[in-house]
Amino acid sequence: MQGRGFGSGNTVTLHYDVDAGDFSSAGEASANLKRTLKQLGFPPEVVRRATIAMYEGEINMFIHAGGGVADVEITPDEIRIKLVDSGPGIPDIALAMQKGYSTASELAREMGFGAGMGLPNMQSYTDELIVESQVGKGTSISMLVRVGGSSAQ
Amino acid sequence: MKLSRVQELLKATVLCNDRLLDELEVNAACGSDLMSDVLAFVKDQGMLLTGLVNAQAIRTAEMMDMRCVVFVRGKLPGPSVVDLAAEKDIVVMSTPYSMFTACGTLYAGGLVGGTIH
Repeated sequence: MQGRGFGSGNTVTLHYDVDAGDFSSAGEASANLKRTLKQLGFPPEVVRRATIAMYEGEINMFIHAGGGVADVEITPDEIRIKLVDSGPGIPDIALAMQKGYSTASELAREMGFGAGMGLPNMQSYTDELIVESQVGKGTSISMLVRVGGSSAQ
Repeated sequence: MKLSRVQELLKATVLCNDRLLDELEVNAACGSDLMSDVLAFVKDQGMLLTGLVNAQAIRTAEMMDMRCVVFVRGKLPGPSVVDLAAEKDIVVMSTPYSMFTACGTLYAGGLVGGTIH
């Protein structure tokens, strides 16, 4: 880590409310995270992996759950992202993880998403992805990006 | 390839950040209307060509460190999309060419597809 004043023992936490307003606002939290990670001096590849995973998650919350909350915990060694929504939940998580499987609306597709790549992308860009969901209650997604992590990206 | 050359080849109208045309160079580009594909497969490409005229095209470019978005088939985004790109220092152009012709023109002009993963 080369970030000024951001060394061992330091933790930065961020909280975002992802509301279900205008679709054009989806991605603002990810853009903010990207800016923060850059300012803290993380390597470009780490910034890229964390922000793409976050962006896909943010879009998913918007499309499927009408918004939610995102909490990010950043240390010099890793970035932990937790996304929680109160949406309809995922009945079959294994199926949802398959590339190309999608329940997104036509509107989501018109906006350039909803092709069943969200969760697979989140998995491929992170070192750890945990999806917990209850139908009718909501979904919680925890992602971990390690600095120097083993993700193929 | 300098963005000024991209503009010339595509007979494009620049919608914002024209001050960067001679400053920025791109070494590769990708064309897609599906943002998840761009997020999944594209790496180290400086420019996005798309028919998707909304803020998520700009957001996706931002996430991927792309410096230019070209809207094909003469499509024009709304002012809020242009404002977002202007704020992010992303050059936005609109070309009358179709996706196929725009990509082919740039490829023939020396711009390649770059790496995917």
